[in-house]
Amino acid sequence: MTKVNITINGQQLEVDASMTILEAAESAGIEIPTFCHDPELTRVGACRICVVEVAGARNLPAACTTPVSEGMVIETESERVIKARRVNLQLIWANHPQDCLTCEKTGSCKLQDYSYRYNVTGSPYQGEAKVFELDNTNPFFFRDLNKCIYCGKCVRKCFEVNGAGAIEFMYRGFNSKVTTAFDVPLEESSCVMCGMCVDVCPVGALTPLQGLHNNRPWEVEKVLTTCPYCGCGCTYYLHVKNDKIVGLTPNFEGPLKGHMCVKGRFGWDFVDSPDRLKTPLIKKDGEFVEATWDEALDLVASKFKEVRAQYGPDAIAGLSSARTTNEENYLFQKLLRSLGTNNVDHCARL
Amino acid sequence: MTNTINEVEDAKAIFVIGSNTTENHPVIGYRIKRAVKKGAKLIVADPRRIELCDYADVFLQLKPGTNIALLNAMAHVILKEGLADEEFIKARTENFDALKATVEKYTPEYAEKITGVPAENIIRAARIYAEAETASILYTMGVTQHTTGTDNVLSIANLALLTGNIGKPFSGVNPLRGQNNVQGACDMGALPDVFTGYQSVTDEKARAKFTQAWGVELSGTPGLTVTEMFSAAENRDIRAMYIMGENPYLSDPDSSHVRYCMEQLEFLVVQDLFLTETAKYADVVLPAVSWAEKEGTFVNTERRVQKVNQALKPRGKAKADWQIINEIGKRLGFGWNYRCAEDIFTEIAALTPSYAGINYERLGVTGINWPCPTEDHPGTPILHVGKFSRGLGRFSAVEHQDPAEKPDEDFPFLLTTGRVLYHYHTGTMTRRSKGLRKVLNEELMEINPHDAKALKLQESDLVKVSSRRGEVKSKVRITDRVPRGVVFMTFHFKETAANLLTSSHSCPTAKIPELKVTAVRVEKA
Ligand code: SF4
Ligand code: SF4
Ligand code: SF4
Repeated sequence: MTKVNITINGQQLEVDASMTILEAAESAGIEIPTFCHDPELTRVGACRICVVEVAGARNLPAACTTPVSEGMVIETESERVIKARRVNLQLIWANHPQDCLTCEKTGSCKLQDYSYRYNVTGSPYQGEAKVFELDNTNPFFFRDLNKCIYCGKCVRKCFEVNGAGAIEFMYRGFNSKVTTAFDVPLEESSCVMCGMCVDVCPVGALTPLQGLHNNRPWEVEKVLTTCPYCGCGCTYYLHVKNDKIVGLTPNFEGPLKGHMCVKGRFGWDFVDSPDRLKTPLIKKDGEFVEATWDEALDLVASKFKEVRAQYGPDAIAGLSSARTTNEENYLFQKLLRSLGTNNVDHCARL
Repeated sequence: MTNTINEVEDAKAIFVIGSNTTENHPVIGYRIKRAVKKGAKLIVADPRRIELCDYADVFLQLKPGTNIALLNAMAHVILKEGLADEEFIKARTENFDALKATVEKYTPEYAEKITGVPAENIIRAARIYAEAETASILYTMGVTQHTTGTDNVLSIANLALLTGNIGKPFSGVNPLRGQNNVQGACDMGALPDVFTGYQSVTDEKARAKFTQAWGVELSGTPGLTVTEMFSAAENRDIRAMYIMGENPYLSDPDSSHVRYCMEQLEFLVVQDLFLTETAKYADVVLPAVSWAEKEGTFVNTERRVQKVNQALKPRGKAKADWQIINEIGKRLGFGWNYRCAEDIFTEIAALTPSYAGINYERLGVTGINWPCPTEDHPGTPILHVGKFSRGLGRFSAVEHQDPAEKPDEDFPFLLTTGRVLYHYHTGTMTRRSKGLRKVLNEELMEINPHDAKALKLQESDLVKVSSRRGEVKSKVRITDRVPRGVVFMTFHFKETAANLLTSSHSCPTAKIPELKVTAVRVEKA
């Protein structure tokens, strides 16, 4: 691969000639703000928060779409750059609701983070407030398009990654909004509720209903785990607060790049279903009665021993589970085999 | 899968057979659609007009239970038109002549009579698959849940061998595993004939190794499969059963029979999160925890071992399945003392060559694809590169056989079963999720508009569906996703348990029941 020599913020680098300025900077650990960029989506260079200063260039080019070239000298946080970014943010604030206090995105909102970073407190521009109605028709997330900053990531994710193509930019100018064909509620569109749009929205326009008002990023512990549903094996971080799951972030660094479906993304709440079994049960006279672990386990072990002694080990059989872990499957077959039988199987066939 | 999920996106041709991928393996479905956008050709073979048909270059709407005729005819065309990869066949396969002789009679016209798929579509599909530089086959239960399940899979492998579409990127024979850890359960030897890593119980050396490691005498006779276990319970050959995390009463065919068999047992212990329909028949119920309350590993359909980490404390007095089994093992005098899941994993790695190089620390945020024989091995995303594990790839000569059940005057419809996007298996988890329940909480049996009209059915009408084994009531959804004469139901809903209808006729080799073909009668209720 051809290499070129460039300088970013005074740091000399040799990078692949195919890289954009943004990629080159990231490879050197230099973070450039972005709203509309996502590494796996078409580059649109629309939001222009990623502008940088390139020596010799008249304008400030967008880092996400401009390729590097030999001898390029780049400043990512120069005065001119910062000024441009501040204006950019101020223009957004001109008609963005200022309810960060209760907005679910606080703490993981790019608009908020960059405003903090560049000390933008509001807007000198007086825009007309948008008045889109809140769409909370589907059971998984709601859409508050008054907060949309038109980055278009949701649209591209839905079309390019999911393939559903449920949402599009509609109308023009001030009334422009991201919505479904004919502006019907999501539920009546080709949306399959995968939530991937929600997880790329940089602001609070798309918000999961699960964990609402209970999921501040600094209050939750994030635990990496693997989806318990289908064999795709999507991985993600569960948000845990006070021993409850309050949300989820896909594992964007995982092999499946953080792609998910509705079951894995939103279907985890069975964990605290009120009818979970909480204690061992032993059937007495046709009725289940609560038992201690010792009573239940002693009974199981003695019954297995009894049956084995009376009828031989092959009178015992075990059905293991395609839902439990490897460790559990291993131990299960070891138990049956140690009893002296190979009568062990699971529902692979079903 | 012989290849990885991400490779699907860059295959030049994709052949999806018996898999409603966008609903059952959505993340793989996304990749198929992306591949098509990038210019890949798509072939879909399914009795139902599934969503992927909208993206397909050829849709082969075959009658349920006729996969082999279709696949043999494709092989026939590939050979007749000189599209086979001669070099690959010569260098890496055996038994080619037998295949050639068998598929000779499967002309596209002959197959059309059996499958109902127009001959010209079979020819087009064969050309697309064979002419592509790289072609990937994806299949699931639509192929395996038949009396000819094993043969179906063999004839799929034939196509890949004929065209050299195995052992290289963006190709392969790719079964998509339905449940999160089917792959792992198989790898771990939760099967009647193998220990971990498919080491046979009949192999003296393997048995000696496990005997030594476990300190117990081991049986060299393969055990019973699920379906056989229930029959054995009926004959009172099996007296005690231990069922962990499964709900066979709803998931297995011919539910009334399964229930009868369970009732014959002297002792049944069921371990689960909920008091499932199966657990109700137990003598002892042991409360287990969910995936979020324990540590361990799952293996996805591309053989990637991934970490499950504990996020929550166990609910109530529930315990992780491994802890419960450990406690029983102790009480049976096996001298077990596993302190954590990792203790167990270390033992697995020590006894399983394909897992030998894997440990918890290495799994990180990406996991590792087995085989991974040593700690400096990166894992194996693509199987059979350069060589098959058995040496040469063997062609199998297999013949079409009619499904065990055929429609007749009394039961004129064919019922085929499956899943939908918003639910999973017998619904024990998804039906307890508020959001998913809101989207869909009842069965909507799919029936073709013509059939609906003949039966004077309107959308959402209630029907009685009966088979030779039982009957259920269900609402209908009138749609041309299903062809005339075929109806479709899921097995997510206990109120309309489709497996009261299905038969336990099963594939003689793999013992997979024929859930995809049941003769039924449909009447307005
Ligand atoms: S939830 Fe998924 S399918 Fe629906 S609009 Fe968002 S990205 Fe598209
Ligand atoms: S809804 Fe969010 S992701 Fe979509 S365009 Fe608006 S800000 Fe971007
Ligand atoms: S999120 Fe969906 S596609 Fe991914 S593993 Fe879970 S069920 Fe499968």
